[in-house]
Amino acid sequence: MRILSLCLAAALVAGHAGAAEKVTLGVAIPTATHGFTGGIVWWANQAKKELEAAHPDLKIIVKTAGSTPEQANQVQDLYSVNKINALVILPLESASLTQPVTQVKNKGVYVTVVDRGLTNPAAHHAYVAGDNTAFGRLPAEYLARRLNGKGNIVVLRGMPTTIDNERVEAFNAEIKKHPGIKILDAKYGNWNRDDAFKVTQDYLTRFKQIDAVWAADDDMAIGAIKAIEQARRTDIREVFGGAGAKFAVKKVIDGDRLVQADVSYSPKFIYDAIKMTATARLNGQALPARTIIPSVLITKANASQFYFPDSPY
Amino acid sequence: MQPQPTTDSTAAPALPALRKRLKGLGPVVALVLLCIAGASLNSDFATFDNLMNVLTRTAFIGIIAVGMTFVIAAGGIDLSVGSLAALIAGVMIVAMNALVSGANAPSGLSIVMLGIALALAFGALSGTVHGLLITHGRIEPFIVTLGTLGIFRAVLTWLSDGGALTLDFNLSELYSPVYYHSFLGVPVPVWVFAAVAVAGAVILNRTPYGQHVQAIGSNEQVARYASIRVDRVKVLTYLLLGVCVAIATILYVPRLGSATPTTGILWELEAIAAVVVGGTSLKGGAGRILGTVIGAVLLSVIGNILNLTSIISVHLNAAVQGVVIVTVAYLQRGRR
Repeated sequence: MRILSLCLAAALVAGHAGAAEKVTLGVAIPTATHGFTGGIVWWANQAKKELEAAHPDLKIIVKTAGSTPEQANQVQDLYSVNKINALVILPLESASLTQPVTQVKNKGVYVTVVDRGLTNPAAHHAYVAGDNTAFGRLPAEYLARRLNGKGNIVVLRGMPTTIDNERVEAFNAEIKKHPGIKILDAKYGNWNRDDAFKVTQDYLTRFKQIDAVWAADDDMAIGAIKAIEQARRTDIREVFGGAGAKFAVKKVIDGDRLVQADVSYSPKFIYDAIKMTATARLNGQALPARTIIPSVLITKANASQFYFPDSPY
Repeated sequence: MQPQPTTDSTAAPALPALRKRLKGLGPVVALVLLCIAGASLNSDFATFDNLMNVLTRTAFIGIIAVGMTFVIAAGGIDLSVGSLAALIAGVMIVAMNALVSGANAPSGLSIVMLGIALALAFGALSGTVHGLLITHGRIEPFIVTLGTLGIFRAVLTWLSDGGALTLDFNLSELYSPVYYHSFLGVPVPVWVFAAVAVAGAVILNRTPYGQHVQAIGSNEQVARYASIRVDRVKVLTYLLLGVCVAIATILYVPRLGSATPTTGILWELEAIAAVVVGGTSLKGGAGRILGTVIGAVLLSVIGNILNLTSIISVHLNAAVQGVVIVTVAYLQRGRR
């Protein structure tokens, strides 16, 4: 397959005197509205800087959108104004972006979709994502070990989305294997520190014995920790966040009392997706249809590999 | 400009005092009913600690809502308060961090005082700019503040590079009592909230300025003919609101010690909801500070009860809040 496409590329080069090798790559991502998307924007710009310096035939245009219609317009403009021939998109919403992306794909643009998928798999060539099932399963396994299979856990959920459902289902499925562990309740903290603070305060009022908090996000973990500190509760042994934010990884490195582990779900996957797409297209190749960037349990032993002090996240 | 008939009522309330009082009881009744429901659903609801949790978290929205009552009573609106709070928090943190890392850094306490002064100045300045754009610039308040809503949040996102701005650890320790400490068993933010509410009620109900605010909201033309300096009064309402936002932010920053682009999202709608639920008409005219305070507490209590119980699907939280808001507004109907 690889040889075939190389031959094809060679034939094209011969036919069009090098014109086929130029890649104009559009990147459509959400605007930085919280820590994680801040990281997405930073890593996308990092990819632009590094890859454009390394490949003179490559041009990368990064567009950030605050809403679904805005992103749909940007995809259109990237095609008609910037004349892109490759697109890496992290859709704000799956369903509404499917049509606009399908249209540019049908006009010959190579499309890689990152993280949140599209509703029709035919709308893209390649899909790159983090592992949301492992994002829920790994903390459950870790907490079960840490609590020796016995104890009470409260859960903070993100926003009501498919990603959140996937994570929570995986977490619950794993916890079910440990009959000694009880999930007291799960409420939405909306991936927001303030909401997590309030919900945790109310959990602390309601439950006299909590052994661990699965905050399911590092930003929410901060809110939870502050509420626990304020209430001076010592029964909680672990606050497990998620996504590998730099301050949380730092806590793991420093051996924090409450934060001793994390699970990776780095916004760096946008960097990986842009790099993979750009190099493949420069060589005239295709990406594998599905690339899942594994979510890894971060503990003191491996935390330094996940610490990016320059990134905003 | 067409001269208006001078028979229009000005600030003078047409209803007898007693009937007016009864009408204003809607939110109180709703709050009492909610509290009874909360206490019967969860025995921890009626504890002192939980009460203080609720009042403390209400303080931010409540203080902003007191300022918002003036703006709405004068017939204006401000959609930017959530973004402004986030930006003030960000600016405070950046400034304080810069001071602490400077060559001959002042003492921690004076840095915190400077941060607080900066917040107040920034809030007052933003409010004044809003007021001037609305009065002298002749732009609708909705549009001016819709514009600044975007500007403030974008500047904060830019300042924080999309991530979080976090206050220097030592400063954060020094500053944290402002949120976490109690005086006579009552947390500091609750005291500040009470003080702002009392000051607001006195200014709105017992001073000529307060009468002018309500007169303008009632009928701006008539107020002009009554030789009220309408523009100056209006600018002052936005200035007061800016200061209220700054006070709320001063209490907010020590809570988490950081500002992110999600800080203060939708606070404007919560503050406006508190004002309207409290009995101040969105069309302007009569403002009710006590009602606003009760409205703000009411909104927090709903969230608290939903967190303390698990009868209703978490997906429906916002729906329950919506139902209560509309119900209370229904109890308020007929007021202008």
